[in-house]
Amino acid sequence: MYVAVKGGERAIENAHALLGHARRGDPEVPEILLAQISEQLALAVDRVMSEGSLYDRELAALAIKQARGDLIEAIFLLRAFRTTAPRFGASEPIDTAAMDIVRRISATFKDLPGGQVLGPTFDYTHRLLDHDLMAGREVAAPSRAPADAAVMPRVTDLLAVDDLIERSVAATPDVPVGDLTREPLALPAERDLRLQNLARADEGFLLALGYSTQRGYGRTHPFAGEIRFGDVEVEFFAEELGFAVPLGRIEVTECQMVNQFTGTANEPPRFTRGYGLTFGQGERKAIAMALVDRALRARELGEDVKAPAQDEEFVLMHSDNVQATGFVEHLKLPHYVDFQAELGLVRRLREEFVARLPNPSARAGEGEGRGAGAEAAE
Amino acid sequence: MSVTAYNFAYLDEQTKRMIRRAILKAIAIPGYQVPFASREMPMPYGWGTGGVQVTASILGPDDVLKVIDQGSDDTTNAVSIRKFFAKTAGVRTTTQTAEATVIQTRHRIPEKPLHEGQVLVFQVPIPEPLRFLEPRETETRRMHALAEYGLMHVKLYEDIARHGHIATTYAYPVKVDGRYVTDPSPTPKFDNPKMNDCAALQLFGAGREKRIYAIPPYTQVVSLDFEDHPFAPYRHDATCALCGSRESFLDEVITDDRGGRMFLCSDTDYCEARRQGASAPPAHSQELKRE
Repeated sequence: MYVAVKGGERAIENAHALLGHARRGDPEVPEILLAQISEQLALAVDRVMSEGSLYDRELAALAIKQARGDLIEAIFLLRAFRTTAPRFGASEPIDTAAMDIVRRISATFKDLPGGQVLGPTFDYTHRLLDHDLMAGREVAAPSRAPADAAVMPRVTDLLAVDDLIERSVAATPDVPVGDLTREPLALPAERDLRLQNLARADEGFLLALGYSTQRGYGRTHPFAGEIRFGDVEVEFFAEELGFAVPLGRIEVTECQMVNQFTGTANEPPRFTRGYGLTFGQGERKAIAMALVDRALRARELGEDVKAPAQDEEFVLMHSDNVQATGFVEHLKLPHYVDFQAELGLVRRLREEFVARLPNPSARAGEGEGRGAGAEAAE
Repeated sequence: MSVTAYNFAYLDEQTKRMIRRAILKAIAIPGYQVPFASREMPMPYGWGTGGVQVTASILGPDDVLKVIDQGSDDTTNAVSIRKFFAKTAGVRTTTQTAEATVIQTRHRIPEKPLHEGQVLVFQVPIPEPLRFLEPRETETRRMHALAEYGLMHVKLYEDIARHGHIATTYAYPVKVDGRYVTDPSPTPKFDNPKMNDCAALQLFGAGREKRIYAIPPYTQVVSLDFEDHPFAPYRHDATCALCGSRESFLDEVITDDRGGRMFLCSDTDYCEARRQGASAPPAHSQELKRE
């Protein structure tokens, strides 16, 4: 007699052992080192740190290695580690105006204080496969120049001088910063929580939503006021000492989007802002995030909420790839019980359907066809 | 995973306290969905993170844990979750319903009636019974606040008008304690009557959706219906091929490619207990073959 197949612990253990084997690949090929991932797949590490909400290059590299290069799986691993880490508090706001710049470009001004600094970028490269890389080769040393000591003010701050752009929201250091990993997200959400959600959001999801605003689904007339990448100091206010102490430096990418706004009865015409920030070098994500942030401000700015990217609940509830991948992939889990219940209903409905048919021959044909099993089962 | 790096039952005590507060609130307002700060767990969303967090928060060293999925202790996800707690909490595990103090379940309620002192923890994918009628959380919370459940009755009525039946076979909505319309999780509606006046505490955890709700012991749970279309549980009109039960919920097993099939108890512990107990296995196979 056939006996129902059971999962069993042995099968699971064997599957996981096989996974470890598959992860390692051909043992003739040297095992990849975390430092190689961190140094040579740096942008993957940056993405995993950003969406994993944890700035730790080594752990992110470990996650990528363990996940066999599946970045969402790596993000998941990092998140599941982060969630158990104790919270000591929130850092002081980082000052991106004081960033040590590696790259800084503006699409709104040809030249500006501090100049345009291209830095390491794929922009303007010809996307031709470089067959020299196959074998590996020495790379030429880059040109170097001493860092510009001049301050590099943010473009949005320059515009703010003439009141051409809305003011940044005044800092409220005494108000606690929202944290959706510690408190369930309530809707409508304030901008701090929206930005936290977007910072953790899947790059592909934000890319598609940001793109949709450019194609007319919640158009925001954006200009990339500035994109900057470099490292900033993180400080933590220590209660015992009474002053902020530096914790270290992190690399971030910031995008300040400048959006046209023709004003309303109460608001003068001026530019509005969209904001994007990622760990490491993550320009695509930062730009997309800034587009979506601005689109989500529709309600606040009195714009019609018509497009998906403007719909706070739609965006915030579906942006997290760890949540999304879990629920989508849970369809792999057994659903025998529910399916049995559905099967019973469909069979009953089909029987009733067949019984209602006016043509008896059609009814007989149906009865001998696929419906026979149903009769037996009922 | 290095076990020593983690607290008893994985979650830190602060998190457990937060979840226990949500559970207490849920018990105080039967059927009401309490938002809680769901954590990222080391298993994926949609695979029982809500149930796992509830279990982790209520589990003590003396508890005896049973985990089932589709009624069975042996399905892969049940095995995985049971091993997780055996590893992180070191608690005793069991497959026997009567022996367990905490039972975590996905999609079923055990056949054997639960007793006082037991806790049944449900894994819930979509806690909002109104979600597929109204996708917006802001709107459904308002509907619950106003007990505005007309939309649900209209949906059930439309089912009857169109199909002659209420075409909901699992996650069949219930009203808890005469107030909140509640999702029983995707259990087949066969299990709905077991929720009513149940001696055990029923806790529901939805990790991805960040909601906990509860049905305290001996609470009235009514499946929504109409006077002229009363609620009716469904089970295959067959007997279990292994234990011969005519009462239990059955899984259909396809035995060949010619329409052969048989039925087995979905609740494996119930089935095994019957086979070991007084009732002998049926003398003949219950396989149904197409003629």
